[in-house]
Amino acid sequence: MWELIESNKRKSIIVFIGMGILLILIGYVFGNYFVQRYSGSDNGGLFGILAALVLWAILSLVGYFAGSKILLSVSGAQEVSQDMHPQLFNVVEEMRIAASLPAMPKVYIIPETAPNAFATGIKPENSAIAVTAGLLGKLNRDELQGVVAHEMSHILNRDILLMTFAGTMLGAISLMSEVFTRSLWFGGGSRYKSKSSDKDGQAQIIFMILSIILAIIGPIMAQLLYFAISRKREYLADATAVRLSRYPEGLASALEKISNTNQDFKAANKVTAPMYIVNPLKHNGMKLSDITSTHPPISERIRILRSIQNGANLLNYQQAFDKVKNKKSNLIPNSGLKDSLVIPFRQALTNIQTDEKSIQTKAESKREVGDLIMNLNDYKIIDCSCGIRIKLSPNYKKDSVICPRCKRNHKLKS
Amino acid sequence: MPYFLIFIAIIVIMGFYFVSVYNSLIKLKNAVKNAWSQIDVQLKRRHDLIPNLIETVKGYMIHERQTMENITKYRSQAMDANTVGEKSAAEGLLSGALGQLRIQVENYPDLKANQNFLALQEELTSTENKISFSRQAYNDQVLFFNNKIQMFPSNIIAGMFNFNVEEFFEIENKAEKEVPKVSFS
Repeated sequence: MWELIESNKRKSIIVFIGMGILLILIGYVFGNYFVQRYSGSDNGGLFGILAALVLWAILSLVGYFAGSKILLSVSGAQEVSQDMHPQLFNVVEEMRIAASLPAMPKVYIIPETAPNAFATGIKPENSAIAVTAGLLGKLNRDELQGVVAHEMSHILNRDILLMTFAGTMLGAISLMSEVFTRSLWFGGGSRYKSKSSDKDGQAQIIFMILSIILAIIGPIMAQLLYFAISRKREYLADATAVRLSRYPEGLASALEKISNTNQDFKAANKVTAPMYIVNPLKHNGMKLSDITSTHPPISERIRILRSIQNGANLLNYQQAFDKVKNKKSNLIPNSGLKDSLVIPFRQALTNIQTDEKSIQTKAESKREVGDLIMNLNDYKIIDCSCGIRIKLSPNYKKDSVICPRCKRNHKLKS
Repeated sequence: MPYFLIFIAIIVIMGFYFVSVYNSLIKLKNAVKNAWSQIDVQLKRRHDLIPNLIETVKGYMIHERQTMENITKYRSQAMDANTVGEKSAAEGLLSGALGQLRIQVENYPDLKANQNFLALQEELTSTENKISFSRQAYNDQVLFFNNKIQMFPSNIIAGMFNFNVEEFFEIENKAEKEVPKVSFS
């Protein structure tokens, strides 16, 4: 199964090269314009290409070494220990075993009510999985497992590495064309014509127009390519998640629950969006297959997951994918389908009738999420035996508290 | 003279091939062993959790003595088992008995509200899952290994060094074998 990683890389590299060419073109135009403007020399293109590559290299280095830290801290994620949420921890470990990864990813909870999750980490050895408090409040164990399996698949398939380099390339392209178009706007072309003849001037104007077109279209093209990679990785992560969790319905109903909420996730942007399980930026209009989206439409992902038959192998996902999309595809490369083992489905753990998450009222679920967020923020929570729940802010310094209802005195552990 | 050189070259190439096949067999065998030890860790964990579970449940479930006796019995059988085959059988029985307990718990609302029990149940569920996932990983490895030692030409080298087919770890659990129907609601 793990040859999938290799074969994936090859396909994504083609798209990657496309972005690279765009980067070089933009660099060329950029250099030509600025060098000519300030020194009058005509050989600025090469310099521009160099500048573009250096910019990309710098962004990549930052992304490679600090990307996951930045992503985690921007989203406000907090690392948690096993006692904070044993179930989440257990589910992550189960999926680590299923994926045969050598090390346990770190587990983070984001104090947000919008349900979502993401994974980071260039290498499996220092990866992390972060889920929001809202997600934990909404999903039952099987669904949580589906989501964690999807995130584990991103780690396993090395998607984060790929998206980091592609994302920084997109960043470099956008940055350069932004600077270019802005300086055109404000700087004008006055110094530019001084020593050229009329004929030269005409050629220059044509070149100028082409440059402007490139500067406008380039970033859009790069974004589309980036989104194309991203969408494909999402399908692959779904397929791998089914293989790992052996229970497609878990992920399907998790996606359904997540898509039914319409809360925006604040700490995300277009470049980090591919790391999340569902697009954190867009919560309606999921029916249209949209080329400007980082994620495939949720309804389609759910339909594919629900038409999987005969087993949880990658091949079974591919067949379901073809059926829903109504075409022959090679989503999963042949080398990935080599493992011919029939993988049986697993039984659901949660009985729908007794599932506390589905009988839970909205208020109860809200309270659970609220308690979790307070807990993350170092609030102390004390359950008094008279039935009241006392929540103490971290600023509360005394070593005991009196229950407001029954006047019982609770000693606080420091 | 050239014939002699060609002969030498063929011998050398065969030697390299021989070594590489042998090494890959060893690698696969170790992967199987490693996957097995993963299962073993989880099985042991389950055995450790059971006395705790019985202790917590005992006070509530007075009518289910038979189930609890079964669990205790199968646990000790499973702990005594040595070969993969024996273990599969004993752990299968244990899984069945624990499953039965899980169903019976539904009749005891007091027990279900017990925090201690809930925490224990989560641990037990997770351990069962880990057993199931590590079993899958183990069986994958066994399949790769068995394919290698049965297929030509690596089977010749496997035969020379006494590599034997490894057993799959199958837990007799009927529910898991049935393909569940997926509902389109």
